[in-house]
Amino acid sequence: MSDRLAVRKTFKLYLGGAFPRSESGRTYAVTDHRGGFLANAAHASRKDARDAVVAARAAFGTWSRATAYNRGQVLYRVAEVMEGRHAQFCEEVAAGEGLSAGRARAAVDAAVDRWVWYAGWTDKLAAVLGSANPVAGPFFDFSLPEPTGVVAVLAPQRSSLLGLVSVLAPVLASGNTAVVVTSRERPLPAVTLGEVLATSDVPGGVVNLLTGDAAELGPWLAEHDDVDAVDLTGAPPAQAMELERLAAGSIKRVLRPPAEEPDWTADPGLSRMTPFLETKTVWHPKGV
Amino acid sequence: MTSTLSGPFEYAPAPESRSIVDVAPSYGLFVDGEFVDGSGEPMKTVNPATEEVLSEVAVGTDVDVDRAVRAARRAFTRVWGPMRPADRGKYLFRIARLLQERAREFAVLESLDNGKPIRESRDVDVPLAAAHFFYHAGWADKLEYAGHGPDPRPHGVAGQVIPWNFPLLMLAWKVAPALATGNTVVLKPAETTPLTALLFAEVCRQADLPPGVVNVVTGAGETGRAVVEHADVDKVAFTGSTEVGRSIARAVAGTRKVLTLELGGKAANIVFDDAPIDQAVEGIVRGIFFNQGHVCCAGSRLLVQENVHDEVIASLQRRIGTLRVGDPLDKNTDVGAINSAEQLTRIRELSEIGEAEGAHRWQPACELPDRGYWFPPTVFTDVSPAHRIARDEVFGPVLSVLTFRTPDEAVAKANNSTYGLSAGVWTEKGSRILAITDRLRAGVVWANTFNEFDPTSPFGGYKQSGYGREGGRQGLAAYLRNGS
Amino acid sequence: MTHVLDPGVLAAGTRPGPGPGTTFDDVTRSDAALRAFLHGLPGVDQVGAEQRAATLGTRSIKTTAKAWAIDTAISMVDLTTLEGADTPGKVRSLAAKARRPDPTDPTCPAVAAVCVYGDLAGVAEEALAGSGVKVAAVATAFPSGRASRAVKLADVRDAVAGGADEIDMVIDRGAFLAGRYLDVLDEIVAVKEACGTAHLKVILETGELVTYDNARRASWLAMLAGGDFIKTSTGKTSPAATLPVCLVMLEAVRDFRAATGRQVGVKPAGGIRTTKDAIKHLVLVNETAGGDWLSPDWFRIGASGLLNDLLLQRQKLRTGHYSGPDHVSVD
Repeated sequence: MSDRLAVRKTFKLYLGGAFPRSESGRTYAVTDHRGGFLANAAHASRKDARDAVVAARAAFGTWSRATAYNRGQVLYRVAEVMEGRHAQFCEEVAAGEGLSAGRARAAVDAAVDRWVWYAGWTDKLAAVLGSANPVAGPFFDFSLPEPTGVVAVLAPQRSSLLGLVSVLAPVLASGNTAVVVTSRERPLPAVTLGEVLATSDVPGGVVNLLTGDAAELGPWLAEHDDVDAVDLTGAPPAQAMELERLAAGSIKRVLRPPAEEPDWTADPGLSRMTPFLETKTVWHPKGV
Repeated sequence: MTSTLSGPFEYAPAPESRSIVDVAPSYGLFVDGEFVDGSGEPMKTVNPATEEVLSEVAVGTDVDVDRAVRAARRAFTRVWGPMRPADRGKYLFRIARLLQERAREFAVLESLDNGKPIRESRDVDVPLAAAHFFYHAGWADKLEYAGHGPDPRPHGVAGQVIPWNFPLLMLAWKVAPALATGNTVVLKPAETTPLTALLFAEVCRQADLPPGVVNVVTGAGETGRAVVEHADVDKVAFTGSTEVGRSIARAVAGTRKVLTLELGGKAANIVFDDAPIDQAVEGIVRGIFFNQGHVCCAGSRLLVQENVHDEVIASLQRRIGTLRVGDPLDKNTDVGAINSAEQLTRIRELSEIGEAEGAHRWQPACELPDRGYWFPPTVFTDVSPAHRIARDEVFGPVLSVLTFRTPDEAVAKANNSTYGLSAGVWTEKGSRILAITDRLRAGVVWANTFNEFDPTSPFGGYKQSGYGREGGRQGLAAYLRNGS
Repeated sequence: MTHVLDPGVLAAGTRPGPGPGTTFDDVTRSDAALRAFLHGLPGVDQVGAEQRAATLGTRSIKTTAKAWAIDTAISMVDLTTLEGADTPGKVRSLAAKARRPDPTDPTCPAVAAVCVYGDLAGVAEEALAGSGVKVAAVATAFPSGRASRAVKLADVRDAVAGGADEIDMVIDRGAFLAGRYLDVLDEIVAVKEACGTAHLKVILETGELVTYDNARRASWLAMLAGGDFIKTSTGKTSPAATLPVCLVMLEAVRDFRAATGRQVGVKPAGGIRTTKDAIKHLVLVNETAGGDWLSPDWFRIGASGLLNDLLLQRQKLRTGHYSGPDHVSVD
């Protein structure tokens, strides 16, 4: 062990492509699974959540209208940068989740691979989910999937990187922008992911990462009229029903939380993209 | 040259005969294959064109709904779930054929109970309802090819609540996919239009559909609530107002029930200066006066490019002047009766607000029948996006006209709504259609047409117009577990 | 119980434009200007136009309305024979039928005109003298229109000299499709001049123009050139008169009157064989151009077999029972 005095870190939020402190000025200490101090994280407030929604809304036009190929390229680039931070992710996952080095590495590998998997989906979704509809009349009629809009994601509390990637990447691959409330106790991989996103080609505002408390921020996001959908995966179980009720106020799409945190290594299929996709059907007459 | 004949071409009355329908003095609930009494105080259903009481209809309470759900569960577990998919399909084909065979009867009954013109019930509602059963019949034994996973399974019991604007057609949109995918159904028709659903129940018997597969529980909002909130319902599908949709979404929160909602709309119908004007005018008329404007996807906001505003409005007014308003059973009627006194009140209120807010109201010279619920085709010009008639769903024959100068402004105004069900775009320029269509936040975009529907074509909204689709491969997802 | 809203609404020229009295002189000054004008007319969406025509086709015209419509349709018929085998005898027999379509019923109106080839105009004129039934002659190298302008004009003068009250000319579809609109226009102007006092019906032969956009442009072209009527077809090509093409032409005359104040008639010809078809056309007129066009002065139906079907239906309405072909005269 070196006797060098460590430089302790105080992390900030990732919001609109920048790294601001919480407007509330609050921070909280992040510890490892044994309670040892790791870093201070910003403790996001409802106003930070509000700002994040504004940033996500502003970014939606650009991100959703980028070509699917371009979105795929940008997301793949994220995976490349993640790979470069592999060791850091491993350390943070191991410390936060209390995993052995080997299991932490496996989780990080799976997370990067999952990101790559979703990056490859961007330009397949329309073909897989869209259709040409053989209507009984002289019309060309087709249906295409389109992103829902701004998705508020309450990230899993336990799986701090693989779980986070598993809920965030599908939202992005399908063309949405995201406001993510990270795992409260294990936010460091999310903070690092924010740094990865900032140094890749993802436009500012497409992803906004709020370190803090899902129980505190969840209701504000669920009730926010300019949020189009919520993923309640990381919501406190006792609060999930209340959040769903709040989300009903503006007819949000709601991805309900699983009974318990799932095995994130399982093949997700399309199940985390379709909840955040709309189908647009277009009719046009066929005539000379 | 001189004319030997002159004078206006007056169309003589051409009423469709009522004799084909046999409206019973009272109707029960359809539960487990039998017509049974309801526990609630029966309600009356009236002909909105005359205010004549057509029949007395049972009202289902919690107890009746519970019986219906139990019947549906039993049918799901014992008969419909285990049935060979091909046989399920054959039942749907039978139903489709029976709807065609009894088409005239359904059309007349629909027009009597709803007030819509016989031309529409005959040429749109009933044929499309039959088409929905034909389409979904074919899916029953092909679901593994629908792209919803290799082993798609039904949810179980579907609780479905439908509106009064297209009573039979909305039934078909709900019941056909539910049955094709192997679910059983408890259906709650609208309070003011229960009769064709009850005739449909008779068709289910005629088709020898096993008891309990389809149950029809009539009643008002409380009955609907009982269906939605019943603990043994697995899947809830609702079409109606955004307000009720919201309360249903709250009611199913925290349960395992899967929900799809098809709610209100305030569609923009965008007319560019290079549009095929005569067809655009037809499209505007069809967009807002089809079914008296009782259409969630009605083109109720006309966005017309400012440089053709006067020309389009003049043509539109001339065209509206030829609309024939009156007896829904007359085969030449274009615009029928408003469905209920309650709806008429709402339309009047919003129209008065429109005038009070400074918009200009235009209505053609119009003689309306003395009895019944009537509202003339109405156009508001000088409407601003801030006016309530530009924002609230009127659900009546009331068009709000706004203008725009550039494509960007058209898109911005079109999307400036909490709704996102449908939109229209009129221009002869193909690339503009595709660009505008891309940017409209609406589930259905009609380009150079309006209010076209087809069972193969997914229908449903963005934003507060709801979620889930009806029709097409995509529509099956709502009724399949792990359906994507 | 059904109410027509404001029946007068169609009478008003409501489409704003240059306003009544506009002459469009500048439009016809050059090929480029004419082309720009015709191609600047709003497009016609085929599906929408056909849907509208089909919807109007579902109107149910019964009892008194049907009786009125049948008599009106009879009075609008241009009873036509345009065969290589036409003879004076054939024309005289047609003329007799034109005067008294139903010899058993003096209340039955006469038809509007008898339509023949130019060389038989004199025979027709003689046979129709004093009846009020007009003589219409096809001219301008009917039906193809493939001859020199000098020949076409001679054809017109010949028919007028023979006694034709009305000339049914064909436009040069080749020139139209090649984009030589000014040639087409000039030719119509020349024919109109050759007509003298005879009324000019301009046959667009919409079946050869194919698209509704072309039908609309050709309608305007014919009206700008001074045609008194625009007519769908020669009857020698298929499709001839269809409801949607008639719809497009009725929209054109409606808009032309609103713009210039001048009313132009419409004549669908060919393919209208039954009373039902004829009544659908009258409904189309009523709800598109309006009641002002519902007279033989402004709407004609070019037909031959149609008349007998109208007469059979008329007899059915009068007697209450069905009849058969031997109860109406052969042509």
